[in-house]
Amino acid sequence: MTDNTVLNNSKAVRKSKVKKRSQLKSIWFRYKKNKLAMLGLVLLIILTLVSICAPLLANYNEDAIRQDMKNRLQFPNKDHIFGTDQYGRDLFARIIFGARVSLSISLITIAVSLSIGIIIGSVAGFYGGKIDDVLMRIMDVFLAIPQMLMAISIVAALGPGTGNLIAAMSISNVPRFARIVRSSILTIKDQEFVEAAKACGTRDGRIIAKHIVPNAIGPIIVQATLNIAETIISISGLSFLGLGIKAPTPEWGSMLSEGKEQMRYYPYLVIIPGMAIVFAVMALNLMGDGLRDALDPRLKN
Amino acid sequence: MADKLLEIKDLNVIYETDESTVYAVNGLNLSINEGETLGLVGETGAGKTTTALSIMKLLPEKIGLIKKGEIILDDINVTNATEHDMRLLRGDTVSMIFQDPMTSLNPTLTVGEQIAEVLELHKKDMNKEQVQKRVEEILELVGLPAERKSEYPHQFSGGMKQRVVIAIALACEPKLLLADEPTTALDVTIQAQVLEMMKELKDKLNTAMLLITHDLGVVAETCDRVAIMYAGEIIELGTVEDIFNGNKHHPYTDGLFGSLPDLTKKTRRLSPIEGLMPDPTDLPSGCPFHTRCNKCMDICKTEKPKITVDNSHMIKCHLFK
Repeated sequence: MTDNTVLNNSKAVRKSKVKKRSQLKSIWFRYKKNKLAMLGLVLLIILTLVSICAPLLANYNEDAIRQDMKNRLQFPNKDHIFGTDQYGRDLFARIIFGARVSLSISLITIAVSLSIGIIIGSVAGFYGGKIDDVLMRIMDVFLAIPQMLMAISIVAALGPGTGNLIAAMSISNVPRFARIVRSSILTIKDQEFVEAAKACGTRDGRIIAKHIVPNAIGPIIVQATLNIAETIISISGLSFLGLGIKAPTPEWGSMLSEGKEQMRYYPYLVIIPGMAIVFAVMALNLMGDGLRDALDPRLKN
Repeated sequence: MADKLLEIKDLNVIYETDESTVYAVNGLNLSINEGETLGLVGETGAGKTTTALSIMKLLPEKIGLIKKGEIILDDINVTNATEHDMRLLRGDTVSMIFQDPMTSLNPTLTVGEQIAEVLELHKKDMNKEQVQKRVEEILELVGLPAERKSEYPHQFSGGMKQRVVIAIALACEPKLLLADEPTTALDVTIQAQVLEMMKELKDKLNTAMLLITHDLGVVAETCDRVAIMYAGEIIELGTVEDIFNGNKHHPYTDGLFGSLPDLTKKTRRLSPIEGLMPDPTDLPSGCPFHTRCNKCMDICKTEKPKITVDNSHMIKCHLFK
């Protein structure tokens, strides 16, 4: 009799078979519906492909680095589709190798600062009290200095170079991530399912990693994608000021800086690198928005 | 008589905030035998949930304190167990069902993953396939089809979510189940289903249960013994027969039954208990109920009543001596 009732109950519940869909598939399904986000993704894929395949499209030493004074300052034409700069280097080659630099540095920067930020933010938010105070006051000190100024002073102190640039950008990004992680954890840690997890005997570290961070990941991912975009701008900015990537290496910001002297008569020298920055940043921004909508399971229907 | 699984002796719990000290539980004595269901009944704020949280040692940090007393669960003294020992105990020996199934499941994990988590934590010798098999088994046991384990909580209705919560609580076959108003958030038809199922599972797994509720109908339906709680104390304790059919009662219990509609009697109005629960930051002297009691005597105002025991029936009142 006992088994029968349980069985009947289960029949009542088994009204319809719900179509199974893996989590990634359903995220992709929701992401696909967003046209603008898809545009961002396509742009980013093109950008990534181009920067990965850069050696196939152009010769780094011959086209992007070697100076060729005979062909300097040519308007875009058949041989040089983006034209050449004041040293006769092919602008197209420099743009695609510049994409490599911008994308890789900003991705590493965000990966580093995001991991540190998540650790600091979640520890501060979860434990609260004195730990929270100490950690967040340290973060406040970092936040008190404008981000760009902070990056400039770190690079100025350590000297220009890729490694130092990454360090400078990471340090100035950490407090922002720590803050956003902490605030989303504060809203989640008092929810009943966290208490329920505690009542199951789950360890603190596991509660943070499995129950709290995944529920807070929406805003964190959005912030991360938007920050990649911002980091691209900052790297270009630093390079524009001569504090970022060193001279012969192609970088969008330093290309703008080199082109600005010829801007009046050869506007393509600044328009093309500028457009590259605009497209990369826009693609990431659109993607960030799309990801936010797609990642939040509470918006699922 | 079966072995005592849980014994609470003279438990005092306070909540200490900047402004005031709340005396939530005051000298509570309680015991549960293996396989037994004890109903804990009382008004809102009587300290029922606090008692359950003390057993789990999950009182809010820095604010909730066990001031005095002992809780012995399965031969382990919970009151001075370390956090590490408690973690091993929670979910394995004792687990808890929370009031609201809507919020006690993690929205980002599938229900299968959430059931598997308890097993991964406490049954370390199980490999992945065994865990998955057990997850399916336990889902079938609570009346959900096993193939729905890969779905997310938002794809379930309230009653089904409560079934999942019960599945998580029972996955490790705990000896004691603390059910904190498990049916309050559900509608009446689902309530009956869930209660029926809990009763069956309890008998099947021989789990003892502390059922916290303010629904006397639910108590009569499911419990072996009943404890009536008022202002952090147990004022009457007995078997379901003692409480529902006996003729000697604490005036508060009489009041509780008086405020229920009775189909067999003809009355114009229900007779609720006048007044409110005393302020737990400032409890009255003597019997805590004397301010609302209609049989209040002089002695009630000054002296704490002693316990009168009559077989399985215990009353804490000056009327019976």
